[in-house]
Amino acid sequence: MSVSFCGLELAHPIINGSGTFDAIAAGQVFGEQLRERFPFAAYVSKTITLAPRQGNPPPRLWEAPAGLINSIGLPNKGLDRYLSEDLPALAQLGIGVSAADRPGRGVPLITNVMGSSAQEISNLLDACDEHEQIAAIELNVSCPNVKTGLDIGADPRSLEQVLGAVRGHTRKPLIVKLTPNTADVAACARAAQDGGADAVSLINTLRAMALAPGPRSSEADGSAQGSGARWLGGGSGGLSGPAIRSVALAQVAAVTERVSVPVIGMGGVQSAAHARDLIDVGATLVAVGTESFRDPEAGWRIAQGLGWSRQTADSTI
Amino acid sequence: MSAWTAASAPFARRLLQVTGMQRLGPYHVLRAVDPDGPLGGRGGANLVPGQFAMLACAERWGAGEDERPHLPRAFSIARLVDGECHFLIDDVGPGTRRLSELRAGEQLWALGPLGRGFTAPPEGRRAILVGGGAGIAPLAILQDRLQVTTTVLLGFRDLAHAHGAALLDGARVATDDGSTGHHGLVTDLLDADLARDADAVVYACGPAGMLEGVRALCERTATPAQLALEAGMACGFGACYGCVVPKRGGGYLRVCLDGPVIDAAELEHVDAHAGSPA
Repeated sequence: MSVSFCGLELAHPIINGSGTFDAIAAGQVFGEQLRERFPFAAYVSKTITLAPRQGNPPPRLWEAPAGLINSIGLPNKGLDRYLSEDLPALAQLGIGVSAADRPGRGVPLITNVMGSSAQEISNLLDACDEHEQIAAIELNVSCPNVKTGLDIGADPRSLEQVLGAVRGHTRKPLIVKLTPNTADVAACARAAQDGGADAVSLINTLRAMALAPGPRSSEADGSAQGSGARWLGGGSGGLSGPAIRSVALAQVAAVTERVSVPVIGMGGVQSAAHARDLIDVGATLVAVGTESFRDPEAGWRIAQGLGWSRQTADSTI
Repeated sequence: MSAWTAASAPFARRLLQVTGMQRLGPYHVLRAVDPDGPLGGRGGANLVPGQFAMLACAERWGAGEDERPHLPRAFSIARLVDGECHFLIDDVGPGTRRLSELRAGEQLWALGPLGRGFTAPPEGRRAILVGGGAGIAPLAILQDRLQVTTTVLLGFRDLAHAHGAALLDGARVATDDGSTGHHGLVTDLLDADLARDADAVVYACGPAGMLEGVRALCERTATPAQLALEAGMACGFGACYGCVVPKRGGGYLRVCLDGPVIDAAELEHVDAHAGSPA
């Protein structure tokens, strides 16, 4: 038993959403057990950009009704250090390499990248393409185009154009992580497919914001964190968790009706039943994000709930 | 120097059995057992004072005020005695409210112990424990574990909250309103104590304003200080990048991974950014 996805054979259909599980940090915290019981069938990296980013100033989190608003700001060490430092660290954890005792097995690595122009994205794809350890590339298109200021992925025409320009820069499977903050996500998915995407993933977080709590009064100190001021250091953020599950189901259903490429569905998945819903509307894989914050083993718990066991998973390849 | 070494946390949240809940002034002391895990019983030896756990009630976690809580909450391990793990809870939000309602026989989820804890003081150096409000929690297990006599200075809002001082032995207390102990800041007590004998290591935990006072004072007096920081965090194991604080020289530290105990020298100042999920 295994799941085929863009030429990869995965041990089960559950992966992580980009930016919701740091395997290197988890390896420091949980040690060898992480490698032995890795919860995901493939590991998706945090978003990598050409230049290093420190991320947004705190506060970065706000607990929303049945969910979480984050304004992390894509902190990462930049492409060069990702390739030179993180790839070897991930290999130590068995990510992107075959396990020595079980040739052919291991957890495939999907590297998520973001650039603000076709040129930047091309450079990222060129660099990733040279690394055998990277099985597939996920392109985060929730990034303002430097020329237009609009998110590259928010407009079908600009998305297809950018993909057409960058597609030739990698032979690896290219997954487009769609933005849900658009008028017609299915049209964007179709544009991604027409531009050469091998798969699409959705939904990313929904744009959201929160105001600092407390009584509104004339004595408000006027500081950035006074009650009524924007709470998040980045001003606004993205909503995830159960609060967005129904939106995710509708968007994934709309997208699977319009595209023939495989779809990775995500958004508020906490249980096998939620994953089953996304699979029922046509998702090939399901990603788990915010639920891993509550339960680091959530990915495997959900795979088990779908009927996968270590035995069936181990007999895959 | 006695070495304190943390073992890896189990890669699974575990169901802990609540064994008791006691009032300590306005605070609540939650006691729970973790028979096969490191938060009690046999495992405690590898737990370092200052480490924390992510807690959530097994039942009715969610659908409270504003449809919260949703995420687990980070709590310092306050004490580990007789196979029981103690946590100090201050009811300040929907998560802490729900946790404070737990009663013996109920269950809670715990992930941990997590984070980097305190480092033992060099042989012969005096330890000064400085705490504020619910931030006194990790100082209790630190006092239990230290082999040396400690000076304990605790700050509270008022007399009612000062009942929390019973968590530690031999505490001298300051209150904001002067209703008991020194009328003023706990850093006033620290200032006087360091003036008397500066050959000390300071261990501090409390609100950001207090920690900044401790940091500045220790910088001025060249006293080594270890600060246990509080930050709102979603996961506790480095995944969410939500709990960052600015570090000296630029960039950020993840409180869950690089802390929660951070050498004061690594910080230019302690930011007064409020914790969020409470």
